Amino acid sequence: MADALLTLAGVHTHIGHYHILQGVDLAVPRGELTMLLGRNGAGKTTTLRTILGLWRASAGAIRFESEDITQRETPSIANLGIAYVPESMGIFAGLTVRENLVLAARSGPPEEKRLDWIFRFFPPLKKFWQLPAGLLSGGQKQMLAISRAIVEPRKLLLIDEPTKGLAPAIINNLIEAFAELKQTDTTILMVEQNFHAAKSLGDSVAVMDAGSIVHAGRMAELAADAALQARLLGLSLEAHQ
Amino acid sequence: MKPGIDWIPPALLLAIALGALAMIGNPSTWVTLTVAGLAMGLLIFIMSSGLTLVFGLMDVMNFAHGLFIAIGAYVAASTLKLLSAAAGSQSFLANLGAVLPAMLAAVLIAGLLGLAFERVIIKPVYGQHLKQILITTGGMIVAEQLIHVFWGPDLLPLPRPATLRGSFLIGDMAIEKFRLIAVIVGLAVFAAMLLLLNRTKIGLLIRAGVENKEMVEAMGYRIRRLFVGVFVAGSALAGLGGALWGMYQESVTVHIGANMMVLIFIVIIIGGLGSIGGCFAGAVLVGLVANYVGYLSPKIALGSNILLMVLVLLWRPQGLYPVSKQ
Repeated sequence: MADALLTLAGVHTHIGHYHILQGVDLAVPRGELTMLLGRNGAGKTTTLRTILGLWRASAGAIRFESEDITQRETPSIANLGIAYVPESMGIFAGLTVRENLVLAARSGPPEEKRLDWIFRFFPPLKKFWQLPAGLLSGGQKQMLAISRAIVEPRKLLLIDEPTKGLAPAIINNLIEAFAELKQTDTTILMVEQNFHAAKSLGDSVAVMDAGSIVHAGRMAELAADAALQARLLGLSLEAHQ
Repeated sequence: MKPGIDWIPPALLLAIALGALAMIGNPSTWVTLTVAGLAMGLLIFIMSSGLTLVFGLMDVMNFAHGLFIAIGAYVAASTLKLLSAAAGSQSFLANLGAVLPAMLAAVLIAGLLGLAFERVIIKPVYGQHLKQILITTGGMIVAEQLIHVFWGPDLLPLPRPATLRGSFLIGDMAIEKFRLIAVIVGLAVFAAMLLLLNRTKIGLLIRAGVENKEMVEAMGYRIRRLFVGVFVAGSALAGLGGALWGMYQESVTVHIGANMMVLIFIVIIIGGLGSIGGCFAGAVLVGLVANYVGYLSPKIALGSNILLMVLVLLWRPQGLYPVSKQ
């Protein structure tokens, strides 16, 4: 296994009075796509948000490229080369597709070559380039949200349920796009409820339950072991297969 | 495919203006009232545009916004007094040489005060609406007393320079010179804001921050710094608006800002919190309706803007140009 780009050691997160993450230990290998699976409410989204500093870890340590980022502010963490695609997609509805991408490109206007690469994955974005993003369909919004994350090369992508609520054809399109993105050696930590998508894309996997990691290993091993799937993912797996 | 503009609010403004023409009957009176309404509306827009962005960007309820209006008016009055020779001259250029420094001083002092106010008063209460209301209201009271200390409690005259008084006569229509200037300045400010918001990266960041500040931070931008800039710019614009409003009324009292706050809140609510286009449309709507109703039915003029707000919110509860929030 490759060395870890990101590690979480004993991370706890409280939201108000709720103790959500209860000692998360996780290593995200460099250049791989790691799937974060688990039932609803297991703490997957909270893990991503805690990594990015959107919720502050109350204990434990988060290291990115060996640097402790636990108490850093969100913009400072993002500027280390981490992009985030939230479950809500977080697109700016009043801004056009172009403006959304211009904003996501921190180091200057988006490069033509990079945009052509993105348009190859997601042709509708080229077609609706000057359209306010709020007028896009759900699938197109997700395409835009992912495109913002990759409009410049990033070291780590944090992607939360990219296939949620999308039509099967669009999910297949996204799976193809992520498969090609993996060829660029970008490290990805992805929360996913769709096990079909997860096993198609994941190199490694971590399964969460009740705020902690209960299994970590290779995705291929989990995909091949129905009993392990049933034990770790239970009803949520059946519902989404 | 091209982005669409919602033309219904501008069409409404046009319909109101044409409806008023039919009710007033006399075209020259209608022109005078329309220019007065536009001038009033655009001055309110200058004063309120910063506040709507401040609320939209950081959910900050600044009840002391009127302070910057008052400071702008007082600073302009003091500057014009210092430059009384130029202000009292019959030459337009000399008058301009007095008015421009007065406006500039109002903008600078209000902006600097805005910076200090944000750092000392607003910063400790981010995300705490009740405390924001209490501390900004308290800040306003303290600031008004400080104005008494520096400028005294009496009404301060702010006479317009000689060449800015009087009216242009076109046929039997009288268009007051200063109102025309207010319209031109207001349109220039609106155009500059549109350019900034639509053509620059800072503008994109402000628009994006109004919609979803968390996502802007997740992209690596420091929204707090942006907010400080917007707060200072909004305070400076309020100072400019206060200076112009003081000259419009030709006098300044300590309550000049506080008296405008009801209209300003109506405008930003009608427009849609955080929306500059909405703020502009709302301000023009309020200015026109106040002048038309004041002429046609003076008895209901006082309540006309409240009624207007109720009707607009019944039609569009999020305002004329709502900002999609996440």
